[in-house]
Amino acid sequence: MLEFPTWRKIWLWGLTLVACLAALPSLFSTAGVGWPDSLPDPEINLGLDLAGGSHILLEARADQVAAQRLENMEESVRSLMRDAEPRIRIGDVATTGGQMSFMLDNPADLDRARELLLPIVNGNGLTREWDLQVVDGQRMVLSPTDDGIEQAVSDAMDSATEVVRKRIDALGTREPTIIRQGDTRIVVQVPGLQDPDQLKELLGQTAKLEFKLVDASALPTDVAAGIAPPGSQIYNYSETSDFAGQTVAVRRLGGIRGDSLTNAQAGVDQQTNEPVVNIQFDQQGGAKFAKLSTENVGKSFAIILDGEVISSPYFREPILGGSAQISGGFTPESANNLAISLRSGALPVDLTVIEERTVGPDLGADSIRKGLLAMMIGSVAVVVLMIGSYGRFGVYATIALVFNVLMILGIMAGLNTTLTLPGIAGFVLTIGAAVDANVLINERIREERKRGRRVVTAIETGYKEASRAIYDANVTNFIAGVLLFLFGSGPVRGFAVVLVIGLFTSVFTAVTLTRMWVAGWLRKARPSDLSL
Amino acid sequence: MKLLKLVPDDTNIKFLKWRVPFFVVSLLLIAASWALVLTKGINYGVDFAGGQEVRVTFEQRAEAPIAELREKIGSLGYGDPVIQRFGAENQVSIRVRLPEEAESVPGAATEIGNKVIAKIQSEYPNVRRDGNDTVSGKVAGEFRNDAVLALIAAMIAVAIYIWIRFEWQFGVGGLFALFHDVSLTLGMFALFQMEFSLQIIAAILAIIGYSLNDTIVVYDRIRENLKKYRKMPVPELLDLSVNETLARTVMTSLTLLVALVPLLLFGPASLFGLTAAITLGIFVGTYSSIYMAAPLLVWLGVTSDSFVPDETVADRQERVARGEG
Repeated sequence: MLEFPTWRKIWLWGLTLVACLAALPSLFSTAGVGWPDSLPDPEINLGLDLAGGSHILLEARADQVAAQRLENMEESVRSLMRDAEPRIRIGDVATTGGQMSFMLDNPADLDRARELLLPIVNGNGLTREWDLQVVDGQRMVLSPTDDGIEQAVSDAMDSATEVVRKRIDALGTREPTIIRQGDTRIVVQVPGLQDPDQLKELLGQTAKLEFKLVDASALPTDVAAGIAPPGSQIYNYSETSDFAGQTVAVRRLGGIRGDSLTNAQAGVDQQTNEPVVNIQFDQQGGAKFAKLSTENVGKSFAIILDGEVISSPYFREPILGGSAQISGGFTPESANNLAISLRSGALPVDLTVIEERTVGPDLGADSIRKGLLAMMIGSVAVVVLMIGSYGRFGVYATIALVFNVLMILGIMAGLNTTLTLPGIAGFVLTIGAAVDANVLINERIREERKRGRRVVTAIETGYKEASRAIYDANVTNFIAGVLLFLFGSGPVRGFAVVLVIGLFTSVFTAVTLTRMWVAGWLRKARPSDLSL
Repeated sequence: MKLLKLVPDDTNIKFLKWRVPFFVVSLLLIAASWALVLTKGINYGVDFAGGQEVRVTFEQRAEAPIAELREKIGSLGYGDPVIQRFGAENQVSIRVRLPEEAESVPGAATEIGNKVIAKIQSEYPNVRRDGNDTVSGKVAGEFRNDAVLALIAAMIAVAIYIWIRFEWQFGVGGLFALFHDVSLTLGMFALFQMEFSLQIIAAILAIIGYSLNDTIVVYDRIRENLKKYRKMPVPELLDLSVNETLARTVMTSLTLLVALVPLLLFGPASLFGLTAAITLGIFVGTYSSIYMAAPLLVWLGVTSDSFVPDETVADRQERVARGEG
């Protein structure tokens, strides 16, 4: 055990120094000293509980995706059958029980209809998206497959994550983290953001914009009673609109969706001085809008946002330029929010905030200061106790502890992990593990000396016998730490990370490094007795 | 220099002599803990109960108006809020439970949170908002399940490891000691109605870790002594092992305590629950390693043969040849 070849010493010192050097940028920044730009600066991220900021967990309504898909299916089927040459007449279209079904007026059209539907049913070829059944030779039933729905939800979440990213970027906050979590969740973390209300409002807005014709044939009494004429649907006016509390009948199909926008800007109406949102369609959307407005001059249409009518103006003249103005009781902020939401595209699915954590920066800084102070007091007490009890061996243990702390910080910085408040407690525990290792070794050496062994043999046996228990204890803690990381979340993970990294560094510093130092001392001093 | 020696050499405390009364007391404590957990219940924080927690500092007051706050927030109609001081006299956390029916409504927690914050800000203009947590019932339920799962998984995995490294009796003893520690910690939280949050789960796992450390150090010595003193009666051998490791046990516990106590006294308020749980765990964990994990070995039938290497193939063939097997 006393043999430490030079190559091994170099390797151990090298490892220690590299890990400790990686900790320097973090230490410098905490002390408020600049770190030269020319050097690499891996830095420990401070968790939101230390740095302040907002954490928001959003959840999507997966059932909504399925419903939307069914609705799209109805439109596709209708237009496919209408555009077929010759036209295939269908009737009794129903979307109930999660399925879509329709009746062919003429059973002879069955094969042609099936042919037309095949591309949709088979989807992208990897997963079969719908099952097609024919009942009584005349009724066609399309039911979504589980794979198809799963794929649709996954796609919706991917694009929802992208939309969320765009919206948050538009707010101009720095370094937000946006990660998809699990099947239907998105985590948003924004350091430094203390008032998450605007963020939540922005994310809560689906921004699904639709332009649909108002059904002028509907009887006002029916509309008020919530009864829609065939082919129409009743919508509520939004609370901010001039007609809040009222309802309107709107043609279900044939409108335009806002997903073909190229731009949206908040502005002010020249005449009324009201905040408005100016939108710009792409070529295809512009052409559709031009057609719709040309065919319906003098009729009124509804601007529907997230299922609520925000205004229902008239087409005074054909709108050919591809741009339009949306008004509807906006405040300058809500107009701006809507513009951001429209620019970033509609969310394919509604998102609900299911968890939100906000920490003010004052508290975070205060916590760090108090935590550091407490750790310093604790460290001094530990050092006094160790050196008081084990003398020279206590000094070695103390130096090993310092390296231990630096190495943990360095490795954390290198791995780009996050230090949280419980992480600081993890630190304390790791220091405990390192101290325990040295206590075990030193007590064992004492014991072996008492049994009359010579100095070198006693130290050798002490390290060897104690290592077994240290090894077993660390592996069990490692197991607990890994499980904590796997099953825990957020701050608990922060604790687990420090614990697991700390287990490795504490064995390395408290056992390996001290052994090297003790061996060096023994060779040089050749003591005949130990003060231990 | 004269070095400190906290434990005199050659202690010979008869720990095992009192194993039956201590064991009975421990079993009673475990039963009492679970009775407390089941009757008084655990005071779940927002992490596990769902709802809204707002932390504020009354910047221009020396003391937070707790009674007034309770009344004003209570008037919102979400039942009596739980208001606790944390850190300084003028810092409080206000907790509002989620009504039962809101558990299943998406966004209900956030909405309640916004109302509570709006109320505080309108009533007290000079209040500093230090942070708030809103957790929906669904997420809270998942946190609860995850936490229980993590605890059970950690305990079982660790017991299996001990079984593999030692003998099955040691695995059972270790598992029982852990069960004891977790039970007593939960009982403590039920008794004093301290807030039980995600951080406390971290603390309990840390306690498991620490208690294991202790248990393994004692077990390691028992294993060693079983091989060394083949003739010694097991209770005596266990006493010897505990005594031999006593200096280490005291020293380690003490160093951990001197590191933890400053954190309790001067550390950030948000860490208090976590640190208190770990501090308690040091005592409970040490006790269980000595009084639960070791005596169990006697009753589970550990003998001096436990660590004798399995008989070799040659031995076995010889025995079979002699007609004994």
